[in-house]
Amino acid sequence: MNLRTPIKTARGLGSAKDGVHHWWMQRLTAIALVPLVLWFVFCVASLSGGDYETVRAWVSQPFTTVMLVLLIAVVFYHAQLGLQVVIEDYISAKAPQLTALIVVKFLAVLMAVIGIVAVLRIAFGG
Amino acid sequence: MQTQNRPLSPHLQIYKLPMTAKMSISHRASGAALSLGTLLLVYWLAAAAAGPEAFARAQGIVGSFLGQVILFVFSYALFYHMCNGIRHLFWDAGRGYDLKTTDASGYAVLAVSAALTLLVWIIAIATGGA
Repeated sequence: MNLRTPIKTARGLGSAKDGVHHWWMQRLTAIALVPLVLWFVFCVASLSGGDYETVRAWVSQPFTTVMLVLLIAVVFYHAQLGLQVVIEDYISAKAPQLTALIVVKFLAVLMAVIGIVAVLRIAFGG
Repeated sequence: MQTQNRPLSPHLQIYKLPMTAKMSISHRASGAALSLGTLLLVYWLAAAAAGPEAFARAQGIVGSFLGQVILFVFSYALFYHMCNGIRHLFWDAGRGYDLKTTDASGYAVLAVSAALTLLVWIIAIATGGA
């Protein structure tokens, strides 16, 4: 006799209760980061030696502002997904693992917000 | 039964990791290092938002010899992680699993990421003198 209810199969989320969500989001953000990172690195390379005003004028361009906000949001989402797996793999004791996960997730959000606010301040601050 | 002292497999001090395994752990290591490197990006943007003095300080740190070395390593790690990530996406799609292809794509990743790093630094030096 099988005691499992059909809803388990219908949901298909497995023991972690979130199915392939982590895996899928890591791939989605990875794909998004390819153009974002290429754009960013080559822009920064051609800005090298640029002074304060040049860099701020670049950040204030609407296209740059949008790309930078996307880059920061996606990069920190991707980074905390990856760091989560590293922590889960290498820290087996429950309490330190949970502490590390909370610290990494909070820091990722904090850093992303600081970065995005900085970009928006330059873009809209005049 | 003496099971405690048995070596775990693969015994990392004895077993010679193949290139593909070295690239696999490097992907993880570069990802962790890049996570740290994102803090530099946030610092640079926050400094540009804060004002000319803060920005000059940030440029001074980034422009120092140590700053440039860190940036160089960072740029290679970034391109490596990006190229190897694309290799992983092909695997996710179920392609390129045979040994010959995994070796070839591994060497391609190393070559392309090195080429992109050189290209970016040539552009940086040509436009601003680093």
